[in-house]
Amino acid sequence: MTSTASNSAPPPAIELHDVACGYGGRNVLEGITFVVKRAEIFFIIGGSGCGKSTLLRHMIGLNQPSKGSVKYFGRDFTRASARERQELLRSFGVLYQSGALWSSMTLRENVALPLELLTDLDRREREQIVSLKLAQVGLAGYEDYFPSDISGGMKKRAGLARALALDPGIVFFDEPGAGLDPITSLKLDELVKEIRDTLGTTIVIVSHELASIFDIGDRVVMLDREVRGIIAEGDPRILRDTSKDVRVQEFLNRRLEPVPRHSTQHT
Amino acid sequence: MSDSPPNARADASLDGDVMVVKVGGDWRIIGQHPAWEAAVATWQSQPRVMIRADRLGWWDSSLALYLRAARVWAETAGIKISIEGMPDAALKLADLLDKKCEPPPKPSHVPDLFTALGATTVKLWHETKDLAQLVGDCVFSMGRFFRGHAQFRWRDCFSEMQQCGAMALPIVGLISFLVGVTLAYTGSIVVRQYGGDIWIADMVGLAVVREMGPMMAAIVLAGRTGAAYAATLGNMKANEEIDALSTLGVSPIDFLVMPRIVALFCMMPFLALYSDCLGFLGGMAIGAAPPLNLPPNLYWAETQTIVDLSDINTGLIKAASYGLVIGIAGCLRGLQADRSAAGVGQAATAAVVTSILLIIVSDAVYAVIFNILGW
Repeated sequence: MTSTASNSAPPPAIELHDVACGYGGRNVLEGITFVVKRAEIFFIIGGSGCGKSTLLRHMIGLNQPSKGSVKYFGRDFTRASARERQELLRSFGVLYQSGALWSSMTLRENVALPLELLTDLDRREREQIVSLKLAQVGLAGYEDYFPSDISGGMKKRAGLARALALDPGIVFFDEPGAGLDPITSLKLDELVKEIRDTLGTTIVIVSHELASIFDIGDRVVMLDREVRGIIAEGDPRILRDTSKDVRVQEFLNRRLEPVPRHSTQHT
Repeated sequence: MSDSPPNARADASLDGDVMVVKVGGDWRIIGQHPAWEAAVATWQSQPRVMIRADRLGWWDSSLALYLRAARVWAETAGIKISIEGMPDAALKLADLLDKKCEPPPKPSHVPDLFTALGATTVKLWHETKDLAQLVGDCVFSMGRFFRGHAQFRWRDCFSEMQQCGAMALPIVGLISFLVGVTLAYTGSIVVRQYGGDIWIADMVGLAVVREMGPMMAAIVLAGRTGAAYAATLGNMKANEEIDALSTLGVSPIDFLVMPRIVALFCMMPFLALYSDCLGFLGGMAIGAAPPLNLPPNLYWAETQTIVDLSDINTGLIKAASYGLVIGIAGCLRGLQADRSAAGVGQAATAAVVTSILLIIVSDAVYAVIFNILGW
């Protein structure tokens, strides 16, 4: 979704304020505060077990934060009424790690289902949107395939087509490169960038794939298990070159010991 | 995303011989937006059409569809169309729909008759082989067990015994009691015609001990435990947990299958006895009520005259073998499951169907054998 009209300081796509989240009364993360600007490719990074996926689950409403607020386009998602929540849910799409396609449905049916249930579009328009979305992710012609007929990378693309079906303003990705070979992962990164550039979609990616982070990430927040919160935020390339935090240095340089500073800075 | 977006609009007007369509407002796929056909309904005779962006706000795929509909309409009607001020990305999206691509070869999901027949035969052959393989593996595992070499954990076996035995008591009890009630009611229709009300105890007693007690317990366990075994093992297969055991050198048959089969084999006779007792009680309750009015002690005494140890043994042998059948069918279907959520569901269903089928078949086989043996 994009706009050609100029609004005066529109609210950011996502705002998290003092969010605490976890399971069974135990907080995995506390005091999480950050802002994701519109049309930004934003990464949530960190080591295994630091709470990346937990944070994602709480942001997309699968779990309720124990404290704090999550706002989408200035509207509070955590305290929204059932009706508002339903509206806000339509403002974002999610690509799950495995694609999460419904295995008993063809790709056409997978992408068409949200359109059928949540819009007033007639059948012909739905078909056109499905073709458009599958073409956008490079799966034109695969409408009648079942998820079991296609490869892992194609499943992720099809899952992305489904996530884009309602043209959401934000798309969340949970470990998009997991289980993919480097070339397929690179193609998926390019697709993500193209979607952002074409539709102005805000992209939030949970990942620890350094290549993707440096290739397409505009900004990152880095979570840490010990701190149970954010230890770094900013442009990943600048963080890699200038951060004094050993944990950030180790993670972004993929080394166990602190490394000497780079002489040049990437932007 | 603003709170109250202006509606999408497409206003058509005439400028000389050109139809100008001004497109503006917020175009959202989840909201209302104009159709191209409505805009041109009254201006079809114009030789030229111009689409112009006019205070266009948010837009998404709905705008791309609109532009594409306009192009297709103009092409069909032979009318010249020009588009001004539209976002390049929207035009690019509209172009995507026009792209003709060579569809990849589609895998066929509907085979012809002979292929289907052949595939079914091969599938049946493989299933028989799988069943034989599992039974054979279980026999070897049993051999290892008795030699003390099996990777068999009694802790797991006791846990399964609790699940398939103690936890199943309420449902087995209820069903068996109701079966006793039903048998007594149905039997009373016949025996009362001959004034033999007391024979209802004989009929219910024999039917419950020889057939219905083990059968009802087995059918409940097929649905309850057999399906659970298939789902658990199917899920473990999907998560590669079974592969992990194999690569550790641990036999999945010893570790996963045998504790379950042994648990069912051991618990089924007890459940059958329990089922027998509840079946008697059901029959006794109906016997004690009008119109039969049989005192419970009389009913019990009559039952003892007809039901002897060989009848009980018959029921217990059947129950133990039903336990084996349910365990093997549940584990087999679980191990055969596809590595997907749907595969796990199908395995659970297949386990129940296979178990019940094999229970009925083995019951018929036992009827013949016991008849020959005179039991």
